[in-house]
Amino acid sequence: MNIKKIALKRDQMIAFLMILPSLILIGLFVYGFIFQTAWSSFTDWEGVAAGIEKNFIGFENYKNLFTKLLDIRFRQSLVNTLFFTVFFIAGCLSLGLLFAILLDQNIRFEGVFRLIFLYPMSLSFIVSGTVWRWLLNPKGGINLLPTLFGLDPLEIKWLTDRTQIWQFDWIALPKYLGYLLLALMIFLAIRNFRAGKKWGSAIMALIGIATLIWLLSGKADQILILDYPEPHGFNLALIGIVLAAVWQMSGYMMAMYIAGIRGVPDELREAARVDGASEIKIYRDIILPMLRPITLSAMIVLGHISLKIFDLIFVMVGPDNATTDVPGVLMFLTAFRGNQFAKGAAIAMVMLLIVAFVIVPYLVNTLRTEHEL
Amino acid sequence: MKKKPLNRFLIYFVLVFFVIIFLLPAYMVIVTSFKSPDQIELTRVWQLPNPWYFQSFIEAWETFAPNLKNSALLVVPATVLSAILGSLNGYVLSKWKFKGSNILFQLMLFGMFIPYQSILIPLFQFLDRVGLYGSIQGLILVHVVYGLPITTLIFRNYYAEVPTEMIEAGKIDGAGFFKIYSRIVFPISLPGFVVVIIWQFTQIWNEFLFAVTLTSGTGNTPITVALQNLAGGRAVQWNLPMAGSLMAALPTLLVYLFLGRYFIRGLLAGSVKG
Repeated sequence: MNIKKIALKRDQMIAFLMILPSLILIGLFVYGFIFQTAWSSFTDWEGVAAGIEKNFIGFENYKNLFTKLLDIRFRQSLVNTLFFTVFFIAGCLSLGLLFAILLDQNIRFEGVFRLIFLYPMSLSFIVSGTVWRWLLNPKGGINLLPTLFGLDPLEIKWLTDRTQIWQFDWIALPKYLGYLLLALMIFLAIRNFRAGKKWGSAIMALIGIATLIWLLSGKADQILILDYPEPHGFNLALIGIVLAAVWQMSGYMMAMYIAGIRGVPDELREAARVDGASEIKIYRDIILPMLRPITLSAMIVLGHISLKIFDLIFVMVGPDNATTDVPGVLMFLTAFRGNQFAKGAAIAMVMLLIVAFVIVPYLVNTLRTEHEL
Repeated sequence: MKKKPLNRFLIYFVLVFFVIIFLLPAYMVIVTSFKSPDQIELTRVWQLPNPWYFQSFIEAWETFAPNLKNSALLVVPATVLSAILGSLNGYVLSKWKFKGSNILFQLMLFGMFIPYQSILIPLFQFLDRVGLYGSIQGLILVHVVYGLPITTLIFRNYYAEVPTEMIEAGKIDGAGFFKIYSRIVFPISLPGFVVVIIWQFTQIWNEFLFAVTLTSGTGNTPITVALQNLAGGRAVQWNLPMAGSLMAALPTLLVYLFLGRYFIRGLLAGSVKG
C-alpha cells in the first residue's frame, strides 16, 4: 500500500513536470511580455538601434494619447472601435439567430444552407478583406448590382466615404464617462438586489447617487480635457468593414444558436404545442430565454474579436487610411512602421485593459459556475 | 404539424436570398480570377469571363508558390506540436489536478483572449535576441505558445468526459502517469486530436499579425502576408489577387468542406464552455 502511495505521489510529480514547460512558456510569453510592454509604455523609448535611451516618463504617453492634439488619430480609433463593435455584434447576433431559427423549421437541404452560411468562417481575414475591397469599389462591385436588373447603379462611396455622423465632443469626455458609470451602477445595483445581495446593491446605489450629484452639480462640465473642441463620431466608411466582418462571422453565431436550439428538449416544445401555443410563442417564451447564456458568451467572444481587430481593416483600407483606424492597426503602425515603441506600447496597454475589462469577469464567472457543478 | 404554405415559401425565399448574398463574394473571386486583365472593367465586373482565361493562376502560382510553401512548413509542425502539448496539458489538468491547478488553468486561458499587440514588441525583441526573428522556426514557436490555451482547453474539456473510474482502475492496477496516458487516454483521443488539429491548422494558416510583424521583408513570409502585399499595392491588377485569394483559401476551405463537423466543434469550444 505504501509503495502505491509513493508511486502515486511520484506520478503526481511527473504530471506537474509535464505541464511545467507550458506554464513557463505562458508565464514568459503572456505575463512576462505584458509586464515588459507595460514598463515600456511608461518610457520615452523610440527606435531599436543600439544605444537608444529609455527614460521613465510616467503616464506621459497615456496623457498624450487622450489629450494631445497630435494624437487625435488614436481617439478617433477608439470611437471607431466602439461603433464597429456595436454594429458588428448586433449584425452577427441578429443574422445568426435568424438563420438558426429558419433552419430549425425542418428545411430541405438544411445541411447545404448551413454549409454556405458558415464557409466564410474558414477563410482568412486577409482573403475576405481582399475580396470585399474589390466588391466595395465605388465604381464597381456591389454598387453595380442594381444594373443587373436594369436599375441605376448605387452611388455609395463605401471605404472612401469621409462623412462622419453622430458626433460628440471629446472635450467633455469626463461627463460622458460619468453618465456611463451612472448607468453601470444602476444596472449592477438592480442585479445585486435581485440576487439578494443587499450590501452590494447598496454600495452600487451609493456610487450611483454620488455620480448623479456630481453630474447635476455642474462640476463635470468644468473638467475640460482639451483646450479646444474636438468632434468625434461614426465614420460612414466603417459600414463596408462592418458588412465584411458580419458576412464572415455571422455563421459562427448561427452555429452557436443551432447548438443551443438543439439543446431544448423536444418534450418541452411538444408540451407547449399541446397547450395550444403558437410556433412564434414557443420561440419567444421558451427557446429565446434558454438561448440567453449562449448570447452572452458569444457576445464576449465576438466583442473581444472586434476590440482587437487588425487584419481585416489593414487589408481593406491599407495603412494610410486614418478614417477607419482602430487601435489594433494604429498600434502596429506606430510601433513597427513609425518606430515609436513607447507610444505603441501605451496603445497596446489601452487595448489590453479594454479587453480584460470584458474578459476577466467572464472567465471568473464561467469557472466559478463550473466549480459549483 | 401542418404549416401554412405561405410560411414555407417565405422561409425558403429568405434563405435563398441570403445564400445569394453569402455566395456573391465567392462568385466575384471566381469570375475575376478567370478574366484577362483587359476584361476587368468596372462596368462588366459581374459578367462571366469571355473567354475564360487561365493565365492568372499560372502567374499567381509563380508569385505565391514560395509563400504557400512557407505556410505549409509553418502550419504542419506548429499544429502537431501544439496538439501534443495541448493533449498532455489537458490530461494533467483534468485527471491529475493538483493544488492551484484550476487557477493556473484560468491564468492560461486568459492568454487566449489578450490582444496580441500587447505582447508584440517584447516578442519581436525576444525573437531578435535569440536569433529567430524572420525565420519560420520563430513563427512556429510563437504559434505553439499562443496556441497552448485553446488546445489545452479543448483537450481538458474532452478528457473531462472520460470517466474518472477508468483512470482510478488504471492507478489501482499500478499503471503510472504515462502508462495511463498511452493505454487509456490516448487511444480514445482521436476525435479531440481531429478537432484541435483542424482548429490550429485553420488559425495558423489564416494568421496575419504575427506573420507580418515577424517575417516581413524576409523570404519566409507566409501566404497571408504575400497576398496582402500584392493586393494592398496601388493600381492592382485584380485578376492576380483574386487568383491568389483562391489559392490561399483553398486548404482551409477544403478542410472545412470535408471535416466541417469537427471544425464546428472547435468553433464552439472557443467560447470556453463549449
